[in-house]
Amino acid sequence: MSTTPTLTGARLWAMAALRMLIGWHLLYEGIAKLSNSYWTSAGFLADSQGPLAGFYLWLASDPGRLTAVDWLNQWGLTLIGAAMILGVFSRAATLMAAVLLGLYYLGSPPWPGIVVNAPAEGSYLIVNKTLIEFVALIVLWLFPTGRQVGFDSYLSRGGDQ
Amino acid sequence: MSDDTRDRETPEDAAPDTGGSTSAKKPSAGVDRRNLFKGLATLPVLGALGATAWGKRQADEARRQAIVDELGVSGDAPAIIDRLTSRPPSDRINIGIVGFGGEGEAVVRAAGFPRPAWIEDRREAQRNNSRDTRLDEYLAHGDLNLELTAVCDLFDNRAEGALAASSCETRPGGAPPGRGATRYQRYTEMLESDDVDAIIIATPDHWHAQICIDAANAGKHIYCEKAMTRTEAEVLPVVEAVKQSGVKFQLGHQNRQLESHEKAREVYEKGILGPVTLVETTTNRNDPWGAWVWDIHPDGNPDTIDWAQFQEHAGHDAPFSLERFFRWRCWFDYGTGLGGDLLSHEYDAVNQIMRLGIPKSAMASGGIYTFKDGRDVPDTFQVAYEYPDRDMTLLYSASLGSGRGRGKVFMGHDAAMEVGSGVRVVAEPLSTRFADMIEQDVVDPDRPLLTYRPGFKGLDAVTTATEEYFASRGLLFTYRGGQRVSTHWLHLKDWFDTIRFGGEPACNIDRGFEEAITCHMATMSYQLGRKVEWDPVQQKIV
Repeated sequence: MSTTPTLTGARLWAMAALRMLIGWHLLYEGIAKLSNSYWTSAGFLADSQGPLAGFYLWLASDPGRLTAVDWLNQWGLTLIGAAMILGVFSRAATLMAAVLLGLYYLGSPPWPGIVVNAPAEGSYLIVNKTLIEFVALIVLWLFPTGRQVGFDSYLSRGGDQ
Repeated sequence: MSDDTRDRETPEDAAPDTGGSTSAKKPSAGVDRRNLFKGLATLPVLGALGATAWGKRQADEARRQAIVDELGVSGDAPAIIDRLTSRPPSDRINIGIVGFGGEGEAVVRAAGFPRPAWIEDRREAQRNNSRDTRLDEYLAHGDLNLELTAVCDLFDNRAEGALAASSCETRPGGAPPGRGATRYQRYTEMLESDDVDAIIIATPDHWHAQICIDAANAGKHIYCEKAMTRTEAEVLPVVEAVKQSGVKFQLGHQNRQLESHEKAREVYEKGILGPVTLVETTTNRNDPWGAWVWDIHPDGNPDTIDWAQFQEHAGHDAPFSLERFFRWRCWFDYGTGLGGDLLSHEYDAVNQIMRLGIPKSAMASGGIYTFKDGRDVPDTFQVAYEYPDRDMTLLYSASLGSGRGRGKVFMGHDAAMEVGSGVRVVAEPLSTRFADMIEQDVVDPDRPLLTYRPGFKGLDAVTTATEEYFASRGLLFTYRGGQRVSTHWLHLKDWFDTIRFGGEPACNIDRGFEEAITCHMATMSYQLGRKVEWDPVQQKIV
């Protein structure tokens, strides 16, 4: 990435708003999981369909592995979400969020031939909201706003690269 | 698009010298006042989220607490009092196996004696797929301090398999290699041996009663597969023999060890369901294997199978038949079909949860609608049991021609409970007990009042729709203290614990008596084509 485009005006605020809204979504997902002591990823993992189903089932089949996955999800979502709202290390956070969303998408991708068991609130073919959020995160990573709207401006240049 | 455009050419790329490249994060006046503002602009967003999340959490927690207070059910796994197995050789229990077929092998393996070929298969599976950890899980089970000293099977191939298992070197819990068993042509010779303390009976049902009686008279402890007997006439003699001898008797309903059953019993006993007037249990299978069309072993023939001995105690004489030997559950001569095989599991689960005992009456119907392969037991079978003194009906409905899961449901006036490998309780919209809580939106009849998933994090009174869905599907594994454990192992351990330390096994002879009579009532009703009743005075089905 040679030059990072600098957004201004309405473009800047629209992009920053998108960043903060996705951050809100992830942060609240994290907080909801942290505050529910009964939450576990076991159901999602065990019911996974698609290319990673075997791997997810393996993760779910051992209490030690499951605890680690639960912990990473709870704290990962919380910290990434907070970082995206505040604009702290926002590019790194955006990239990590994209990785997480990609893993969720591949857990039950709405691909032809894959029977997804979990109830969905809409009708999806290949594209679902997880995939759209994933692509939105890629866009946010390409058009960073943390130094203009956020605390990245306080951090050294290494902050978000 | 104007004004603050002037931030211009990536000012931060060129000039973050203000904050310094390393430590100091203090903005230096002028330029950074604007940055400060833009940084602070994000804070109200975070604050808004924090405040609303906190408020929602308080409300959810209040709702959860209100439900938990009202129900009085703990969120923890059922208390399991585990007794350590002592392992000095002097405490070793010598066991014998009669009947090393599919179930017999599974029980003997759970007792710590796998066939070496089985271990090899599992190793191979692990080599091909490093995530296949079934062998490791099996080997992690505790050593029950046993010796498999005696083996009896009417088919040479299976007897040899049992002998191989008895001297297996790779055993769970770090147990020493087995020292090898003796094969007996008749179980009576096994019972005469001083080298046998306890026997596992996993023969076809028509042999259960005679072996139980002889074993009890010989003072051997008994683990008998269900169904306890093939006929009603055999039930009381078995009960009397076991009670007079004082041996420890365990009926092979290993599902008694499921955590979910213990939790369901707690829910029922707390009265959360209100008056339960109907319990519905089901069997839903859709494959030949599930309908007892089991493999016929290529080595099976009149030379390798003791057919004459197999036919003793059978309902009728029959010429040598591989189908009858390997698929015996398909004939009333050897078993009772769905009644003794799968109804018995369902009934035992309900009996464990509700302590029902024997019903007053049974009315059964059904037919052979899918497997017209010469069998005489029905493959579609329904029974209605009446318990007038409990004000309830117990229904059993079985299909071997369709696998749609229908589960096990306890229908109460205040709530309904589904029991599988987990437990799920949903309030009734018109419940009396929960009327106020439904009115106040504390309880939502469209969502589970509580769900319990063994091995995970206990009881959950506030779930999302998605989690509710996952919970309803039940879970894959049985856990104890966070570890995957075989229910066979737990059920055996329960039996050995009573042999060593006293007490009663979980599925003792009284439970076996109730199960046998209840199942035979269904079979008799089907065969007679009429309603039958239990006469508790004459101790007889009439």
